[in-house]
Amino acid sequence: MQRSWPAEGATRVPYWVYQDDDIYREEQRRIFRGPTWNYLCLEAELPEPGSYLTTFVGDMPVVVARDKQGALHAFENRCAHRGALIVMHARGRAERFSCIYHNWTYDHAGNLTSVAFRKGIAGKGGMPADAQPESQAPKKLRVESIHGLVFGTLSNATPPLAEYIGPQILPRLKRVMVKPLKVLGTYTQVLPNNWKLYMDNVKDTYHASLLHLFFTRFRINRLTQKGGVFVSADGAHHCAYTEIVEDRGDAYEAGGMRSANEFALENPELLEQVDELGDNVSIQILSLFPGFVLHQIRNSLAARQVVPKGIGRTELNWTLFGFADDDEAMLRRRLLQANLVGPAGYISMEDGAATGFVQRGIAASPERASVIEMGGATIGSGDSRVTETAVRGLWKAWRSYMSI
Amino acid sequence: MDAALQLAVEALHARYAHALDSDELERWPEFFTAKGRYRVTTAENEARGLPLPVLYAEGQAMLRDRIASLRHANIYEPQRYRHMVSGVLVEQESAGSVKSIASFLVIRIMENGDTQLFASGRYVDRIALPQLRYEERVVICDSRRFDTLLAIPL
Repeated sequence: MQRSWPAEGATRVPYWVYQDDDIYREEQRRIFRGPTWNYLCLEAELPEPGSYLTTFVGDMPVVVARDKQGALHAFENRCAHRGALIVMHARGRAERFSCIYHNWTYDHAGNLTSVAFRKGIAGKGGMPADAQPESQAPKKLRVESIHGLVFGTLSNATPPLAEYIGPQILPRLKRVMVKPLKVLGTYTQVLPNNWKLYMDNVKDTYHASLLHLFFTRFRINRLTQKGGVFVSADGAHHCAYTEIVEDRGDAYEAGGMRSANEFALENPELLEQVDELGDNVSIQILSLFPGFVLHQIRNSLAARQVVPKGIGRTELNWTLFGFADDDEAMLRRRLLQANLVGPAGYISMEDGAATGFVQRGIAASPERASVIEMGGATIGSGDSRVTETAVRGLWKAWRSYMSI
Repeated sequence: MDAALQLAVEALHARYAHALDSDELERWPEFFTAKGRYRVTTAENEARGLPLPVLYAEGQAMLRDRIASLRHANIYEPQRYRHMVSGVLVEQESAGSVKSIASFLVIRIMENGDTQLFASGRYVDRIALPQLRYEERVVICDSRRFDTLLAIPL
């Protein structure tokens, strides 16, 4: 990389990081195919032996499958023969996987088990006895599952998943994933921006109540409410939370901020929260490097997978879930609160707009930089959310992986 | 086939589409009965039997809340839709209720002129008679993908 970081260090992020083809390619190699854990799916999406789904680790198409003994595997969705996709369906159940092109066949772990007409027919044709088509076999991922979340890594150097997540963040993940899950549904929000702009946004506790009037007006999440942020030691992962206790102050009104304008709901039923986790938290947003987000927004629970699709495009795959033992009232509550998130979410819709505005705004200024100085230059946990500490953490981790 | 009923339902769908496309969003809740339900989902979730909505409202108050939020709370780039509604099937269930299925295309036009095919799918409706209002409108999008955000209802 011929790029150099601004002299200010942690408080500046140069705009070329969102624009360069070379950076994008290096990220694929050093981060997504490097020593990181990438979110693949929920275990609940692969309930039975033989079930599978297809997903991505960065640009790499990946198959995740549960074998007949119940073990989870993940492997590159690329046939050893000519490189075609082995599995073309989004999800399903299969005894084995056969590439449609020439019927080369794989087991649930991605092992090549059969090459059609390998020995030819009637002594003619076929492959030489010393041929080694397995040398081009699809790459296998190391898979670990933690509290129902399935992750994969392509690097042998990646530490065990619990160690990777670290002691600051792991308890915050466990607090949500307390019992067996039930998938409620999925969709994809296509974001017109670089994948890191979305991760920036997720880790930015400063923006939430300023961009999202819906938060502020209904006092779901104000910076004046009690809450805090945790950042892992390497800066890579974060968790921010807000307590349920209602804020009665007028910091936003007195400041004349746009987010304090008069606005009221006729039917506020969709905001009614049951404190199902029993710890008085209204919102928790947790992110794991490079592209995983777990949210609890009142009783809305979801995993978000961030998949880069080129420099200026990102697919955000949302999987909303509840618990297997939800009663009807809780299911109804979760479905009503689905209105808060996703592409039509009262809260989430604006993140797609704001991050896209950055991608467009910086078009002619690769050499300029973001000012990320709320809370100073520190990176760490604290009880204020008027800070960009978790954003600085993201860039500390990113620079470390990228050697920039 | 009851030709008058067919025409009445097609006219309802057309008025609905024109109201949204003309930025008369405050009229949108009036196309529903007082307890009318509106749900946007994807064909994939429907096929998998998964209940997750992309957008869901029960009753006119929630529908009005959605519009009030769009007008006064949510931040999104200026945009318009153009609805194309076709293939309207109508089936009378009872004296007071009609089922309808129709195809839709929604083209989204941004302020700078960017025009794209934003959504396609079908409306699966239950319509109350004689007032001709939606008791339920389920918008089943063909694709699981939504570009940037879904602000204006489909």
